[in-house]
Amino acid sequence: MINFVLLISRQGKVRLTKWYSTYSQKERTKVIRELSGVILSRGPKLCNFVEWRGYKVVYRRYASLYFCMCIDPDDNELEILEIIHHFVEILDRYFGSVCELDLIFNFHKAYYILDEILLAGELQESSKKTVARLIAAQDSLVETAKEQASSISNIIAQATK
Amino acid sequence: MNPFSSGTRLRDMIRAIRACKTAAEERAVVRKECAAIRAAISENDQDYRHRNLAKLMFIHMLGYPTHFGQMECLKLIASAGFPEKRIGYLGLMLLLDERQEVLMLVTNSLKQDLNHSNQYIVGLALCALGNICSAEMARDLAPEVERLLHGRDPNIKKKAALCSIRIIRKVPDLAENFMGPAASLLKEKHHGVLIAGVQLCTDLCKANTDALEYLRKNCTEGLVRILKDVSNSPYAPEYDIAGITDPFLHIRVLRLMRMLGQEDADSSEYMNDILAQVATKTESNKNVGNAILYECVETIMGIEATSGLRVLAINILGRFLSNRDNNIRYVALNMLMKAITVDAQAVQRHRTTILECVKDSDASIRKRALELVFLLVNDGNVKPLAKELIDYLEVSDQEFKGDLTAKICSIVEKFSQEKLWYIDQMFKVLSLAGNYVKDDVWHALIVVISNAPDLQGYSVRSLYRALQTSYEQESLVRVAVWCIGEYGEMLVNNVGVLEVEEPMTVTESDAVDAVELALKRHSSDMTTRAMSLIALLKLSSRFTPTSERIKEIVTQHKGSVALELQQRSIEFNSIIQRHQNIKWVTDLLVVNNIARHPLKILVVESMHLLLGCWCMCRSSLVERMPVLDEAAYLGKRAGSSQPTLSAEKSSKPTTSAASLKLPNGVAKPPAAPLVDLLDLSSDDAPVLPSAPNDFLNDLLGIGLPNSSSSGAAPSTTTDLLMDLLSIGTSPAQNGPSDSNVVPSSAKAAESKPAPVTAPVMDLLDGLPSNASPPRDENLVYPTITAFESSTLKIAFSFEKQPEKPQVTLISATFTNLSSSTLTNFIFQAAVPKFVQLHLDPASSSTLPANGNGTITQSLRVTNTQHGQKPLAMRVRMAYKFNDEDKLEQGQISNFPPGL
Repeated sequence: MINFVLLISRQGKVRLTKWYSTYSQKERTKVIRELSGVILSRGPKLCNFVEWRGYKVVYRRYASLYFCMCIDPDDNELEILEIIHHFVEILDRYFGSVCELDLIFNFHKAYYILDEILLAGELQESSKKTVARLIAAQDSLVETAKEQASSISNIIAQATK
Repeated sequence: MNPFSSGTRLRDMIRAIRACKTAAEERAVVRKECAAIRAAISENDQDYRHRNLAKLMFIHMLGYPTHFGQMECLKLIASAGFPEKRIGYLGLMLLLDERQEVLMLVTNSLKQDLNHSNQYIVGLALCALGNICSAEMARDLAPEVERLLHGRDPNIKKKAALCSIRIIRKVPDLAENFMGPAASLLKEKHHGVLIAGVQLCTDLCKANTDALEYLRKNCTEGLVRILKDVSNSPYAPEYDIAGITDPFLHIRVLRLMRMLGQEDADSSEYMNDILAQVATKTESNKNVGNAILYECVETIMGIEATSGLRVLAINILGRFLSNRDNNIRYVALNMLMKAITVDAQAVQRHRTTILECVKDSDASIRKRALELVFLLVNDGNVKPLAKELIDYLEVSDQEFKGDLTAKICSIVEKFSQEKLWYIDQMFKVLSLAGNYVKDDVWHALIVVISNAPDLQGYSVRSLYRALQTSYEQESLVRVAVWCIGEYGEMLVNNVGVLEVEEPMTVTESDAVDAVELALKRHSSDMTTRAMSLIALLKLSSRFTPTSERIKEIVTQHKGSVALELQQRSIEFNSIIQRHQNIKWVTDLLVVNNIARHPLKILVVESMHLLLGCWCMCRSSLVERMPVLDEAAYLGKRAGSSQPTLSAEKSSKPTTSAASLKLPNGVAKPPAAPLVDLLDLSSDDAPVLPSAPNDFLNDLLGIGLPNSSSSGAAPSTTTDLLMDLLSIGTSPAQNGPSDSNVVPSSAKAAESKPAPVTAPVMDLLDGLPSNASPPRDENLVYPTITAFESSTLKIAFSFEKQPEKPQVTLISATFTNLSSSTLTNFIFQAAVPKFVQLHLDPASSSTLPANGNGTITQSLRVTNTQHGQKPLAMRVRMAYKFNDEDKLEQGQISNFPPGL
């Protein structure tokens, strides 16, 4: 099971955190500080796994961003690397060659996407197309709701003129 | 519009924060935004609620407190529109965790949304529930989730399946309800649903054995079919990763197969074919393929696979191990650790490769490999392996040395067949990485050396040689200093030279130089210095020509800032001043030695008369230490499951019983060590009685206040011994008199019959003949039952001497009420600050069943506020009951009044 997902920038800034196991707010800050110290200092040629407090953290660097997932000791590390890549590819398709800035300004969208890929710390969907379709459908629901709202407010505005 | 809920958009806020140059600026921006959001919240602003929550989430991610926004999430979730709910649920998952009570308030909204007609809203609710639900929520909402498992929409189904996993993890009792639906999920075609379904089945198997049986019976066939379909499937662009169709599904099915096939021959047999197919046909040039192979190997190892299949699996691991990709090598090492229980021989074949991995530049790989090597060591290969590791120790990274040293030491201790080899290896480790060697390791080394008379000369010479090159290794210096102090003359006279040794000439002053250097070296810590002082004192009597010089060195430390060193130097200084006396007594002891047993009592008695016991104690102090009881020490060492240096190698049978009766014709166990020391001249080296907590520490003279690990319960035996060696720990333990300068022998002799005042009496405290008044004067207290549980009963009886009202002697009797024997029994006690407690060693650590025997242990309690405060005690008993470690504790407040 994936216990948490972390996105950390090269400078140690947190870009996304998702906790599937229970950690109090205080523990969360501590975990992030500890792990970013360990992971950011590792050389480029080393393996992508770090043993940490009896768990394993699988990380992979994409440009300036480190994608980290903390898993149980008997989970398949190589598969987690694929899950990370799966997530990145979906982000890439959604934003159109994603960059760190996309994830900063649209952090909520990154969360929506992650919620379609992982649930309860387990993989939910292996098809990128399906994820893209589900996200698009929900985005359009939001759009229509917004349009409706603005048209209603227009009507009200006109009526009260 | 409210001027505070100003219209800064989310994007603008993020920009403003990013534009901040300093942390202070950032805090200011965040503070302003938070103030605006709080204002909006208190005004119950509706229009911007979702925007404010989005801002809060960003602020939360930066690490600022955002608890005030929690209720906003609930309001958004409760609103009707999809956009509000979407951001509300996101906020709920981000800002709250399951331990917050606010979460309970959302249960009702969740229930409504789970029944919503819009599938996306149901999806949101399932997602939130699956990510953060608590046990209560799981119980409340499980029926809704179960119902959704039967629905039609694959999106809902897969989410409901994963949500069920969380529910089962929180409330394992609910597993039964999900068995049927989970099994039917495996018949689906949609990959998302299949993945979630397989995952749910795996978790059900973990949670519940009934579920495991049920799924084994109903799903094995289906699973094999799924795996067959997916691995034989033609190119499917939607699920393809590097030429493999849906590796995620592959891996999950393999994992579930492992659960089902474990210890079940029938289902294992059913899986053999497909596993062989996956293991042989999967491409291993990409990470994806390797991920599947890895999982497949693990499954083959986990189930009752055929031997051919296992060979296949081990071969795959061998290929992994020689891969150039670090990730692959890492998982190979990981997997080999599990494989070693299945086929140790096959793993041994890869020993050289694994040993290479210990020297890898990657810390994760090194760590894995080292652990694997540790498992690989056996009697046959320990020598070359230890040599390799020790060689590597020289060049390894600093941060890896700690782990490596610990592992080498434990390998060497565990597998050593001869003492010489053990001693040699330990010396190498000490000289290469002495700073990383744990205390108990070098303590054990000293015990071994003291038990190997024929190797003592060799040891002290090797250590002396090592000292010349590795002066910076603290533990090496300590062991060397101890050995030079004990066996200095063997160093100088080349006693017991082994064939392998190179000849060496060391003069007496060279030996003193070495110890002096250790004492004066800047980096030496207190323990080392204190040990050096003792060594010097011992050398002063052995190397008479250097005695003046030693006196000078010791004198220099009389002004040491460290209390411990100051006290030792002052005491030792006065001992050396009376060196003549010592010599005289030593001579006497030599006579005594010749005179043998019957005369000995007489000689000892006469010495009492002539010199008083003070002088005699001091004299025996500079003699060699009695041989340390190896078996007892090793038995005592923490987690001593390892059969370290087998018992037959350890010292001779305890001989103290005979010598016990010597000086005053009185025998009492606590007095034994004292007696032993007094009786050093007897040629069969006496052995200390059963291991009291810290005796080695204390014997080595490192009973510093800070290093005393015995905590609340130092044993009287140790105290006594420390008194003897006058290396007293904190004054609190030994009474204020102990820190005084050692009194003259005349005064000591004079004060012998008088009570307490002089430290001499501390020395003799344990000798009941002198001090203890007749029994009938003791006050009488009723015996109490201090503690009683279903397995254990403890009775306390009390004894008090009228002239010492503060001191109570308690003898505790432990009785086993259960029907099985308790082993590894340890009794611990703690008392309030105003009470001092001395705990003697227990009579045994095994307690026979049904009260067929007892353990007794005596405690000495000193209530410093006697008459003002009553005695109280907390006790803890640790023992093994039916092979399980148990711990019981209790408080004793029913002490009879007046203690």
